[in-house]
Amino acid sequence: MVNLNAAIIVALLLFGIGTLGFLVRRNAIVVFMSVELMLNAVNLLLVTFSRIRVDLDGQVMAFFVMAVAAAEAAVGLAIIIAVFRKMRNIDLDKASLLRS
Amino acid sequence: MISFLFYVFSALALASAVMVVTRKNPVSSALFLVMTFFCLAGIYVLMDAFFLAVVQVAVYAGAIMVLFLFVIMMLNLSPDELPAFMNRKIKWAAAALAIVLTGSLLFLDVSRRLPASPGGELSGEVGALGELIFGKFLLPFELTAVLLLMAIVAAVIMARREL
Repeated sequence: MVNLNAAIIVALLLFGIGTLGFLVRRNAIVVFMSVELMLNAVNLLLVTFSRIRVDLDGQVMAFFVMAVAAAEAAVGLAIIIAVFRKMRNIDLDKASLLRS
Repeated sequence: MISFLFYVFSALALASAVMVVTRKNPVSSALFLVMTFFCLAGIYVLMDAFFLAVVQVAVYAGAIMVLFLFVIMMLNLSPDELPAFMNRKIKWAAAALAIVLTGSLLFLDVSRRLPASPGGELSGEVGALGELIFGKFLLPFELTAVLLLMAIVAAVIMARREL
């Protein structure tokens, strides 16, 4: 039997690590990976809650989160490629074309 | 045994998540991310969410990670070409912010505020989930199909040579 309270704490820590990466990294691709980490933490939390409540709805929700994550990854990586074509790098500090 | 495996998978998942965030080379970040996804799939199996574990491996560790690695290798940036972290001041401020956020989430102690579990067995097999997805959640499921179509069109347009 899995300790569900421990699972909640693991999910929160995973979300925190994702937040940290999102804020600290400069490489756009790694920032994107941090977002995936956060989405995975939420999925783990949904599965845990579904287990606590003995209700499959949470798992269906996690399934939809995965579908949205797939769509988001495709569009986001296409944006990164477009930014790279324009600026020849993917440094988030240098992506300031909208500022001028 | 299940409890022991859960702690092993959790520790591995957290350790490789830290590695994802701290590695300078994006390829090693991506490979540690695969490790995290596999460990989470293992945790799903331990929680009897079998279908989700399979989808986790197929969609995340399969499709999304291939996409990531493909883009990393297509852009072909050398690790020293790109500063890995924000400059020092922003880095520590951001780290403090993330730690405060996580600490307050942990301090909330979600498990204490949950309604009591009704108890009983739950099995996330394909059949049970399929009946829900094609019954109660049919409309969201169809909308997901539209969303994926939109994502395909958007990705093709964004990645074209001239924008």
